[in-house]
Amino acid sequence: MFIRIEKAPEPTPVKVIGVFILALTAALLVAGGLFSVYGLNPLQNLGIVWQRTFGNSHGWSEIVRHATPLMVVGLGMLAGGRAQFWNLGAEGQMLVAAITASGIALFVDLPAPLVLPVMFLLGGLAAGLWALIPCLLKAKLGISEIITGLMMNYVAANLVDWLIQGPWRGAATMGYSYTDTFPKYAWLPLIPSTRVHWPTTVCGIALAITLHFLLFHTRLGFNIRVLGENPIAGRYVGLRAVRIFFWVGVLAGGMAGVAGVGEVAGVHHKLLAPQQITLGYGFASVIVALLARGEPLYVLGSSLLLGMILASSDVITVVLHLPAAVTNIFTGLILYFVVSADFFLHYRVRFERRYRRELETANC
Amino acid sequence: MVSLQRSAADRAVDGAQPLLRLESITKRFGSIEANRDISLSLLAGEIHAIVGENGAGKTTLINILFGIYQADSGMILVEGKPTAISSPHKAIELGIALVSQHFLLVERHTVAENLALALPSLRAGFARARISKRIATLNQDYGIALDLDARVMDLSPGQKQRVEIAKALLRHSRLIVLDEPTSVLTPQEARELFQILGRLREKGCAILFISHKLEEVLASSDRISILRKGRLIETVHRKHANKINLSRAMIGAAVICPTKPETAVRPEMRLMVEKMVLAEGAAPFSFEIASGEILGIAGVAGNGQSELAETLSGLRNSGKARITLDGRPLQGCGSREFHLRGVAHIPEDRNRMGIVPSMSVQENFLLRWINSSMFRAGPFLRLRRLRRAVEKAILAYSIVTPSVRTRTSLLSGGNIQKLILARELSEKPHLVIAVHPTYGLDVQAISQVHRCLLDQAAAGAAILLISEDLDELMLLSDRIAVLFNKQMIAQINRADAQMEQLGLWMAGHVGEVRTER
Repeated sequence: MFIRIEKAPEPTPVKVIGVFILALTAALLVAGGLFSVYGLNPLQNLGIVWQRTFGNSHGWSEIVRHATPLMVVGLGMLAGGRAQFWNLGAEGQMLVAAITASGIALFVDLPAPLVLPVMFLLGGLAAGLWALIPCLLKAKLGISEIITGLMMNYVAANLVDWLIQGPWRGAATMGYSYTDTFPKYAWLPLIPSTRVHWPTTVCGIALAITLHFLLFHTRLGFNIRVLGENPIAGRYVGLRAVRIFFWVGVLAGGMAGVAGVGEVAGVHHKLLAPQQITLGYGFASVIVALLARGEPLYVLGSSLLLGMILASSDVITVVLHLPAAVTNIFTGLILYFVVSADFFLHYRVRFERRYRRELETANC
Repeated sequence: MVSLQRSAADRAVDGAQPLLRLESITKRFGSIEANRDISLSLLAGEIHAIVGENGAGKTTLINILFGIYQADSGMILVEGKPTAISSPHKAIELGIALVSQHFLLVERHTVAENLALALPSLRAGFARARISKRIATLNQDYGIALDLDARVMDLSPGQKQRVEIAKALLRHSRLIVLDEPTSVLTPQEARELFQILGRLREKGCAILFISHKLEEVLASSDRISILRKGRLIETVHRKHANKINLSRAMIGAAVICPTKPETAVRPEMRLMVEKMVLAEGAAPFSFEIASGEILGIAGVAGNGQSELAETLSGLRNSGKARITLDGRPLQGCGSREFHLRGVAHIPEDRNRMGIVPSMSVQENFLLRWINSSMFRAGPFLRLRRLRRAVEKAILAYSIVTPSVRTRTSLLSGGNIQKLILARELSEKPHLVIAVHPTYGLDVQAISQVHRCLLDQAAAGAAILLISEDLDELMLLSDRIAVLFNKQMIAQINRADAQMEQLGLWMAGHVGEVRTER
């Protein structure tokens, strides 16, 4: 028995929705099984999760709360991905931006209305510079950006830890370390009774439109796509790879930075433990970018989907009191089914009895 | 080349039993019919050629013969008995051997070790001892001389081919199938190959070969089968075949082959290259191309063609060489500067180097002009203007594509090449560097590409044509130069050029080096 994988024709919208529904149903079935293992009635508890996530406005606000950083980092990830630069250093970039923003909020004397814009600007810039290190190392020396990016995540996380336990330590409560709370003018406005820092969300939507325009209507965007899809042809027409990678790094890092500033200025209002700031967004955004298949406007949809998954897993921890590990299994299962659905949308698997070398075109 | 004795083909008319017969073979890939109702007999002791354009179904047919594919319908009869050739293993058992275009040898092993793989019983060790006796007879009978201790990766393509043929003979093959056997050979090596094939034929072997070179097919085969769009058009005896009726059968219409007219070449020198060195230790050489002139570069692949093309398009450092275009120096500039000065480059591997396959036709047209201000307003792209230019180019070059937004990878090879030509030649280039521009194209497309290049020459461009196809070079060039071992070892006027001499130079026999202007 031989297995062959071949590319399928572009799926119709009907097929996309159908496959995703199938995938989510499968995921929920397995999740229900998980609940029974814990002695919980699967249907009842899935119902509770559904109700609390989609059935009330608080649930939806949590979906948007998660979708916001996912959208922004995801856009940066997509920008990098189009040049085949996989920005797994996004978490570190978020942290570096958070550090910069916290520093400005807490220690720099600026007129109140300027503080938030400066936080975003310099935070994004700092994150962009942080991203340039793996990016230019890849462009000039061919060093894997995945390794350098991941390593720099650790550097940034340790930097945050040092700051919140050391020079920037605020009033510690119950053994946790974090800085003092930001002054009120450094707080992003929220939609009342929610954790949605809407300026970042609006920013994200604007960034999606801008990135789409950049990729498809400007020279830089064209160069980025050529570099990602056929660097050899790019070389033959004289594209300067290093210069293009410079902008890719700035874009990918800058957007991760905007998300990082949004988190500390909108949700936490202080600098705290690195894992609490990034909450895995830097890695979940890889899925957001991949599901968007290279089109920035689709990131709006895929970030909502991932937001739903994260919001529902929060419900499981908080409402059903299941241990965090179980929640992670639940989240992981759903992500697994969603990514598999994407695979089956774009590829076909064929089983064959004998080894055959079939051509896909008739160039015989 | 072929003996005029009464051959198997002549005997076929008397109804001798064919060694192998294909009956109504049909093979589909999805909705495309690669082979349709093909019936063909192969006789022992004949050389049978299959000709056809790219996409006619030739390779599919021999893959079916060799058990790589199974036909969807039809029958194969081996010596009259219906047989299923279910795998290459079965094909080898039946006595069918395949010498494919890209040799299937283990490069790092010696000739003896590769041949040992062909032996029916694979006993461990001492391949050389077992082989050498059998090889001695091969040399005697067929003139195949092999150095058993040489590593395959050090052999020339002609020698590798002989190893493949020896493998076939060690297996006592009765039918040897060759796919485009002379595409990597010099004229001399091709001649030696056909001598060997002639001897095999005399001993009763059946030989089937695919070729698109009509001259060699007419010179060497007994019978010729023409495929077109998956169907067998007819099988003719060599006696009744000539270039015209063969190409008419191949494409269904007569094809006009444009040749370079002997026009008065304008004396102004467009391009002057002095002291070019393509690799460490190679001797520097110089050459010139006048406006309206085509300089053909002959040579077996790997002798400096890529380096020459890349240096003249600004992709490779020219070192101490001096390159002058239109009287102004060009050495030391990047490829952007070369583009701006009017150098067009048609690269040798169109899918890898010339286009971005996943992008649309429109975007691939933009590829070359991205740095000029033609389709740009500052950092923004002028997409409407681009679309209009691409639509004009599609009409002018007869590019077949559903729309300008179609993914370029979906176009056929010929249309991709025409797109590249349209893009590179759209702004009246001063120097055109064309590297294997007709590789893998069908006869119609080849004719169109040639017409294109000749039109550019007529408009005053200097053209450097690098090709492995000597026929093409003889058709189009005003002068021909030969590259060997990263050096230009000869330059000669087309009128004085002869295939024999060119072949010798291509193989490095520097005997009679003439540099003429």
